Amino acid sequence: MGLLDYKFDQGRVIITRVDDVLNWARLSSIWPIGFGLACCAIEMMATMASGHDLDRFGVFPRPSPRQSDLMLVAGTVTFKMAERVKRLYEQMPEPRYVLSMGSCSNCGGPYWEYGYHVLKGVDRVIPVDVYVPGCPPRPEALIGGILKLQEKIRNESLLNPAALV
Amino acid sequence: MLHEIKSLLIDKFGSEVIQSENPSGLQPWLAIKVDFIEKVCHELHDNPKTFFDFLSCLSGVDNGPQQNTLEVIYNLCSIPHKTQLTLKVIVPRQTEDGSLPSVPSVCSVWGTANWHEREAYDMIGINFINHPDLRRILCPQDWEGYPLRKDYKTQEFYHGIKVEY
Repeated sequence: MGLLDYKFDQGRVIITRVDDVLNWARLSSIWPIGFGLACCAIEMMATMASGHDLDRFGVFPRPSPRQSDLMLVAGTVTFKMAERVKRLYEQMPEPRYVLSMGSCSNCGGPYWEYGYHVLKGVDRVIPVDVYVPGCPPRPEALIGGILKLQEKIRNESLLNPAALV
Repeated sequence: MLHEIKSLLIDKFGSEVIQSENPSGLQPWLAIKVDFIEKVCHELHDNPKTFFDFLSCLSGVDNGPQQNTLEVIYNLCSIPHKTQLTLKVIVPRQTEDGSLPSVPSVCSVWGTANWHEREAYDMIGINFINHPDLRRILCPQDWEGYPLRKDYKTQEFYHGIKVEY
C-alpha cells in the first residue's frame, strides 16, 4: 500500500489515506480472545508459542473479550458451550472478527451425524469471517487464516463501512 | 470366590437376593434383586471377609427395546484382599406410571458412586433413590431425553439452534 515508500527524512511527513493507516494499525495487532475448546487449541497454542510465533504478526491472546478483536474458535463447540461462545462474542467491542478453526467448528466435523451434543458449525450462533479447514489444522494453516483475515481488514473502510453504503 | 460371596449373601438376606448369575467369563457377575442392592453393598463393604472398600466403576447399560431392560453394573474391588467382584441390577425399561426406572443409590457406601450415578442418570435415564444430588453431569440441565438409550432421538432444536446437521 506504499506506506513505507515515503521516507521520513524530509520533515518527517508521510502522505497516506486515513483508512490505510487505521487498517494497517488494526491488521498489525489482531488480538484474539484467549480460549480453546478441544485439540485444535493445542495447535493454536503451538502457533502462538516460539516455534511459529504468532506474535510476529501482532497476534497476542488477551484474557478478556473487552480487549479482543478476534475470536479464534479452536475446537468442538458443544451445545452447552455454544451459548457461552455467543455471549463472549457479544461482549467483544466492534469491529470484531471470528476465525473458525478446524472441522468441528466449521461444520461439526466427525460429530456431524451422531454427535447429538455438538453444534454443527459455530456459524449457527455467530458470524464467521474465516474458515480454516483441517482436523486439526497445522500451525501453517492457522497462520494462513490469519493472513486471510489481514487481507480482509486491509480492504475495509472504517470511515465508510460497507454495511452503511 | 463368587460362590463364597453368593452363599454369604444368601445366608444374610435369604435366597431371593440373587436374581441370576454368570460364573464364567472374564468378569463373573451376580445379579442382585433391585431392592437389596444398597444393603448388599453395605454388607460387602463392611464385612471383614469381603471388605470391598473400592468402587472401581459404576455403569448404566441399555439392553434395548427387545430385551426391554436397563442394567446398572457395579465393579467392586477390595484393595487389601486383592479381589474383584461384579454386581448387576436389572430393571425394566418402562415403569407403569411412565417415570424413570429406579435403583437405590449406593452413595452412602462409596462416595465415588455420586458422579457415576449422575452419569448413568444423564445418559441412560435411571433414577437413583436417595442420591444426594441427582443432576445431569454432562448434558445441559434442560436437555431432553437420555442420549445413550437405544431408541434415543435428538430433539429438533436446543434453545432455538437446530440440532441436526
